[in-house]
Amino acid sequence: MTPAPALEFSHVGFSYGTAPTLEDVSLRVGAGEFWALIGPNGGGKSTLLKLALGLLVSDSGEIRIFGKPPAEARARVGYVPQFATFPRDFPLAVEQVVLQGRLDSRNWWHPMRKGDHAAIRTALDRVGVADLVARPIGSLSGGQLQRVMIARALVADPTLLLLDEPTAHVDTDAETSFFDLLAGLRNSMAIVMVSHDVGLVSRHVDHIACLKRTLVWHGAAPLTEGILAQLYGASARLVDHRLTETS
Amino acid sequence: MSFATALFEHDFLRVVALAALIAAVSGGVVGTIVVTRRLAFLAGGIAHATLGGMGVAQWAGLDPLGGATVAAVMAALLIGIAAHSGHEREDMLIGAIWAIGMAVGLIAIAHTPGYQTDLMTYLLGNLLMVTAQDVAVMAGLMAFVLALLFLFWRPVVATMFDDEFATTRGLPTLAIQLAVLVAIALVVVVLLRAVGLVLVMALLTLPTATAGVFTHTLGRLMAASAVAALLAMWLGLEMALRTDSPTGASIVLSAAMLYVAALSYRRLRQTRNRSQDQHRNIRLQTHNQ
Repeated sequence: MTPAPALEFSHVGFSYGTAPTLEDVSLRVGAGEFWALIGPNGGGKSTLLKLALGLLVSDSGEIRIFGKPPAEARARVGYVPQFATFPRDFPLAVEQVVLQGRLDSRNWWHPMRKGDHAAIRTALDRVGVADLVARPIGSLSGGQLQRVMIARALVADPTLLLLDEPTAHVDTDAETSFFDLLAGLRNSMAIVMVSHDVGLVSRHVDHIACLKRTLVWHGAAPLTEGILAQLYGASARLVDHRLTETS
Repeated sequence: MSFATALFEHDFLRVVALAALIAAVSGGVVGTIVVTRRLAFLAGGIAHATLGGMGVAQWAGLDPLGGATVAAVMAALLIGIAAHSGHEREDMLIGAIWAIGMAVGLIAIAHTPGYQTDLMTYLLGNLLMVTAQDVAVMAGLMAFVLALLFLFWRPVVATMFDDEFATTRGLPTLAIQLAVLVAIALVVVVLLRAVGLVLVMALLTLPTATAGVFTHTLGRLMAASAVAALLAMWLGLEMALRTDSPTGASIVLSAAMLYVAALSYRRLRQTRNRSQDQHRNIRLQTHNQ
């Protein structure tokens, strides 16, 4: 028997109200694969991640994470949200934020355990910011905070890592080293990353899925201009590996 | 006569001091949650809704503080559940519950025969009138809230910080959020006797704002807020006794003065650091030349 894929969507549909946000989405991400999920704003990228995390429940179709329903597979999934989901001035140190990743549904009432400090240190080391452990999160730069968020996801040793627009608030230099960081992780886990920056991701990932309510296209990177035109309209061009829209 | 010397001469003041201590500690701890989660308006809504509970309880011949507890918890759960369902706007709902609670209370009090002076005590509080029974209720509520926070500290912090991520870790985040709202409601009841429902918001915000000048992690902020609240209580009681002023208002003004003092200290510290930096830069420049 072959092992269950990290993530499998079969004919999934979802709507927040009357208009469908996702229609008939089928996608299969194998263990250890590195995928980018691209598409226009409102195309359903974040919704797809939230369905995979069990934060939303699909209206139709079936979702399996390592062969299980999303709510039962949470212990194996790491999640890196968009920045906007929490207040930057919240009075916590980096260590306390990363510690949140150690919580799980069975042991969530326990105080900090022996292994927690070591696990936090290891996770921060993996993303290269171990020296920030005692810093208040309000004093971090965008790139540093991004790495702390990834450490929080990694501290639970996930085998599937889901990232929502991880480079949206990071400058270009940090973006490149950020992809190096993800490349270093991909041997031990499958990665699915939502992004709007088509040119950038197509050079780093090995599979791309284009989402615009339904799955317009998916396959091996890089993208061609024909697919982009289908996705964003005929005016879209890849210029110097970056997507620009001419008016 | 100072409050400290009076404390040894009058037995009832020891009850007052105990009530002040309980109000300061619970207000400081839960006030930190209110300030970091920006829930001041919600706390104000719960506080004013308690008038309904107190009025109805008095009308029915029951303990007003018990009525306040029921009303506060009901208001908190109603706001929390409705906000979660997403059908109603949270701020609109808080405003409505604020006003409805007060309206119910005013009607109930109007239909209760006897003295009407209690209304002012509810609205503005009087720490000097606190009874041993009140203190027992306050202590019980504080013990419950502190035990809840202590036992569930990690999930509570994780949910307050980022409830979506906490959900992905399998935490029952809705239950935790409602429990935090109930904790705020119970502490509102604790503070009612001290400063009255009109001024509760001050004790849930000013001490934490003061503490925020000196420390920046959640646990320390709670401890420092409790200390700031205690200081405000003591200064307020001193002021009330010496000038024969209402206790609630005196405590709130003391808390405000502490906050202004803390802000001035921060300004002074920043200016001094800046001028030190400038001196250092000038020295470096002359050295380089």
